[in-house]
Amino acid sequence: MKIVACIKRVPATDVQAKVAADAKSLDSAGYQYMTSFYDEIAVEEAIKTKEAKGGDVTILTISSKDATKEVRECIAKGADGGVILVDEDWMNRDCRATAKALASKLTEMGAELVFMGRVATDRDNASVGPMVATYLDWACVTNVVELEVGDGEATAKRETEAGLETVRVTLPAVITCDKGLNEPRYAGLKGIMAAKKKPLEEAACEAADNQAQVLSLVLPPPRAEGRVIGEGADAVPALIDALRNEAQVL
Amino acid sequence: MSTIVVFVEQSGGTARRASLECLGAAHATGSQVVAVLTGEGAAACANTLGAAGASKAVVLTGTESFSPDATAKDVAAVVKDQAAKGFLAAASSTGKDLAPRVAALCDAVLFADCTTLKAEGDSFAVTRPWLAGKAIATCVSSAAVFCATTRPNVFNPVTDGGSVEVMEKPGTVGGKATVVAVETKPAGKLDVQEAPVVVAGGRGMKDAESFAILESLAAAFGGRAAVGASRAVVDAGWRPHSEQVGQTGKVVSPQLYIAVGISGAIQHLAGMRTSGTIVAINKDADAPIFKVADYGIVGDAFEVVPALTEAIQAVVSQS
Repeated sequence: MKIVACIKRVPATDVQAKVAADAKSLDSAGYQYMTSFYDEIAVEEAIKTKEAKGGDVTILTISSKDATKEVRECIAKGADGGVILVDEDWMNRDCRATAKALASKLTEMGAELVFMGRVATDRDNASVGPMVATYLDWACVTNVVELEVGDGEATAKRETEAGLETVRVTLPAVITCDKGLNEPRYAGLKGIMAAKKKPLEEAACEAADNQAQVLSLVLPPPRAEGRVIGEGADAVPALIDALRNEAQVL
Repeated sequence: MSTIVVFVEQSGGTARRASLECLGAAHATGSQVVAVLTGEGAAACANTLGAAGASKAVVLTGTESFSPDATAKDVAAVVKDQAAKGFLAAASSTGKDLAPRVAALCDAVLFADCTTLKAEGDSFAVTRPWLAGKAIATCVSSAAVFCATTRPNVFNPVTDGGSVEVMEKPGTVGGKATVVAVETKPAGKLDVQEAPVVVAGGRGMKDAESFAILESLAAAFGGRAAVGASRAVVDAGWRPHSEQVGQTGKVVSPQLYIAVGISGAIQHLAGMRTSGTIVAINKDADAPIFKVADYGIVGDAFEVVPALTEAIQAVVSQS
């Protein structure tokens, strides 16, 4: 089975946001980057599926060439190769343009099962997975916490506000992965050495123009200065009074 | 007048609160609002949506089990039939699953988890968070259909709309993905993203068993509160991931957020800083959580929380 795990290189989750001089984008100077948290879970599930069902795993990303580091790290865990669709403006590519470029590459690769994180932790849009599936006319299950892959079909459990939904799909499919699906492994030394010899293709990203346009980017207004009401259980009556009469939330 | 199509989630004839808020967001732009509903009870629910701001409601019939891809096709067809300029859904797990598919079928970009929506020329503009709310972007789209999901607990539902014209449309059957079973949570258990009050615990709770005192505090709010958790607590296996608040969990904005034994890592603060009122209870007076809290109590959770629970019970039973 041809398995693909799509990843995104994103700013580390502990970065502070700074707005660039154009007042429309992030000032990324000094940022550390990482593979988006949920995409690590997608990579693990892709490798686990290969181990159980056979096939091969390719890591696919749209990014600048700087993502070579992240793609190699994912390959080192047990994937068979990687593809970077090189796009210097990847940070600002909207979900539709991203999904179209991925869908077209996935077709060319002959992918049958695609894993992605449920959301990338930079733009938080959670849309690329189901959009890719729609452009390909494939099945898709989002926010998956349990997965069983059979022959030509799969059964997934996804988390909703109401509880756990069981969804049956026909393959090919896009699965977006949530925390709880697995525990991502660490790459061993052997994997890291082997990854250096595995193929990493760089191809130009022929992305559609963005439809989304950012008019402005601002930092959230600072919260009004709060106060410490007191110490220990003795402070509870004063807290209740503040919640009732000042904040009016009780 | 432009038209916005809103996908309304309902169960047993009752619309989800987040969907009513979404209708309210659409109505507030001055557009005509067309609701689309599916599933058992959809017709009964559709008849109630006039007051909530819908002037038309399309009920998808003949679909026995929910298929997101089949429903997306039906919703996109309604968007086309109504020559709608906008499509909205709540940013719930169903809405966030369905909306990108509808957007792709309309060949349009999607803005998820929006916190404001307004008319802009003959289209719309939204604000939405980046990096879990560390920055806020105002966005417009050049797509023919403006597609967005609205964050729960942010927009106000409308209760004095008007009358609704209900239509039926046969739904598509035989989707590629089909929901075959739903294991529901115990009755009365609210989702952390939709609850008006969140009582969240961190490492300061010491162990999984100690969350019982936070469950009691949440219960004191009489069905209005959910329990939340920090990443450390979820990673330790004390609480399920569905309760995690923060950049790698859920972003919440309840009316009241009570953080107990949570120090306030930047990833956690990003996930709850838009809450209405924030209360922090922590032993460490220097914990960063006090910087975003409106009210703080420095003290041991195991002393403060039971006292607070009693006090809240007293207030709730009076009202």
